[in-house]
Amino acid sequence: MPRSDFQVVIGLEVHAQLLTTSKLFSGASTSFGGAPNAHTSIVCLGLPGVLPVLNQQAVELAIRAGLALECTVAERSEWSRKHYFYPDLPKGYQITQYEFPVCLGGRVTFDGADGEKSVRLTRIHMEEDAGKLVHEGSVSLVDLNRAGTPLLEIVSEPDLRSADDAVEYLKSLRDILVWIGVNDGNLEEGSFRCDANVSVMRHGSNTFGTRCELKNLNSFRFIKQAIEIEATRQVEIIESGGKVDQETRLFDPQRAETRSMRSKEDAHDYRYFPDPDLPPLLLSKDRIEGERAKQPELPRARRRRYVEALGLPAYDAGVLTADRAMSEFFERCLAEVGDAKQVSNWFMGELSRLLNESKSTISQVKFTPAQFGAVLKAVKDSVVSGPGAKELFADLFATGKEPSVIIQEKGLAQVNDDGPLLEAIAAAMAESPKNVESYRGGNTKIVGYFVGQVMKKVGGKGNPKRINELLVEKLKG
Amino acid sequence: MKLTEHQVQHVARLARLALTPDELSKYGAQLSAILDAVDALSQVDTSGVPPTSGVDTSELEARLRLGGSTPHLREDVVAGEVGAKAALANAPQVEGSSFAIPKVIE
Repeated sequence: MPRSDFQVVIGLEVHAQLLTTSKLFSGASTSFGGAPNAHTSIVCLGLPGVLPVLNQQAVELAIRAGLALECTVAERSEWSRKHYFYPDLPKGYQITQYEFPVCLGGRVTFDGADGEKSVRLTRIHMEEDAGKLVHEGSVSLVDLNRAGTPLLEIVSEPDLRSADDAVEYLKSLRDILVWIGVNDGNLEEGSFRCDANVSVMRHGSNTFGTRCELKNLNSFRFIKQAIEIEATRQVEIIESGGKVDQETRLFDPQRAETRSMRSKEDAHDYRYFPDPDLPPLLLSKDRIEGERAKQPELPRARRRRYVEALGLPAYDAGVLTADRAMSEFFERCLAEVGDAKQVSNWFMGELSRLLNESKSTISQVKFTPAQFGAVLKAVKDSVVSGPGAKELFADLFATGKEPSVIIQEKGLAQVNDDGPLLEAIAAAMAESPKNVESYRGGNTKIVGYFVGQVMKKVGGKGNPKRINELLVEKLKG
Repeated sequence: MKLTEHQVQHVARLARLALTPDELSKYGAQLSAILDAVDALSQVDTSGVPPTSGVDTSELEARLRLGGSTPHLREDVVAGEVGAKAALANAPQVEGSSFAIPKVIE
């Protein structure tokens, strides 16, 4: 039976670093980089006699994430010790939530290959990260800067049926966490990490196969690759009459294979027990509901609203909601202008171009929504021409000066007065009687030539519409 | 409850304890006796009593219901860093500002 007769079944465990300033149970900094062990305290070093004290911001962010992912936030959750020996874990145990996590249930919705899909979440819990090991020559170097950093572990049900869907699920989850300010979404620095539980079963079967847990998946590309390689490996074992062993496997991108992590063999006996140093985490209903009331509109809902209520193309809505700061700025500009299509066109066109060219982000822009509104009003009132508006906007983007000042300084105001335009028209006609004859002989297309001439005479600042009107009138004679 | 030698060995291994055959039987008997002592508790009818995992929080929960805030939390500010030098003060071997240990490889 070929690979296509089998269905892959995937559940994902995501570790997302909470955006706190200090660690989960101590005041040591969570900042990335820095000399090894610079950001350590007696608590994250695991020195004897110290006591952990829970970071309230971590709790706040966990509640926020739980609500955004449609979980039930627990009014009571507990801390447990998970024991294992490894040099990156100075205490000999990790503080985590085991039996009673902070969030239960929930879901993540994403666009799969064949439409919208929803994956159920099992749970979300908080835990502390371990340190980092670097292997050098005959020794391993231990850096505990990361030890004790707060993580959110988000566990999905085995609802995913393809590697592509797994990636889309992760992107959607990451979008939400970044949007609500819980996580920075950075896979390279390891602040958003993923382990995948993968098994295979024959199509139509109701019984899942034995699963393997894949580790070391630090990019979306690797995640897809690792799942596909692992599924093929398991199908081959089953096809040749073998049995898949439940184990933890490491993905090796260089060799494009997954291999067994023997060292984890008896690691599953973690001897969990409630941490006697930490009381249960108690959250009042009011606290949870208060947080729910503060929930922002989430990216998918906002995208839909942009399409359905504002009439924007789906592509534009996607670009405008790819980043919360961009979307919020769009909303504020929209409030000034009122015409969503028009604002969107400026954002998608000129603003995106200028941001790209200057390698800057939306949070760095120097102009205000009111100034943006002033530019669009100048166009609407024919104060500036179309090309003039682009120049005005580029200058506004670069300097943040008032649009009215820029118009004056750069001489961008259109000539709307008939007087100078009529003078220019008369001069242009006098210079070129042949073309006037041609027009009168029926070649009305020649008006374009005259518009060009007139525009040149007024320094490119004439209102083209008005020039056209006046020209036609005069040429007809 | 008599623990098998295999179970005692397993627990010892998880705790990274190397036991001689004599110690295995000595501690095995002690561990079994401890479990027997704890087992006496199972004679008490605890149906309807929620498991106790730590301190009694009934008073705190009552206060929360009256609008109190979650106790025992720390403000999210950087404080109490000891720095690499102090962190490494008792390390048997140091390289740069890292602890250097015998090589561990996956």
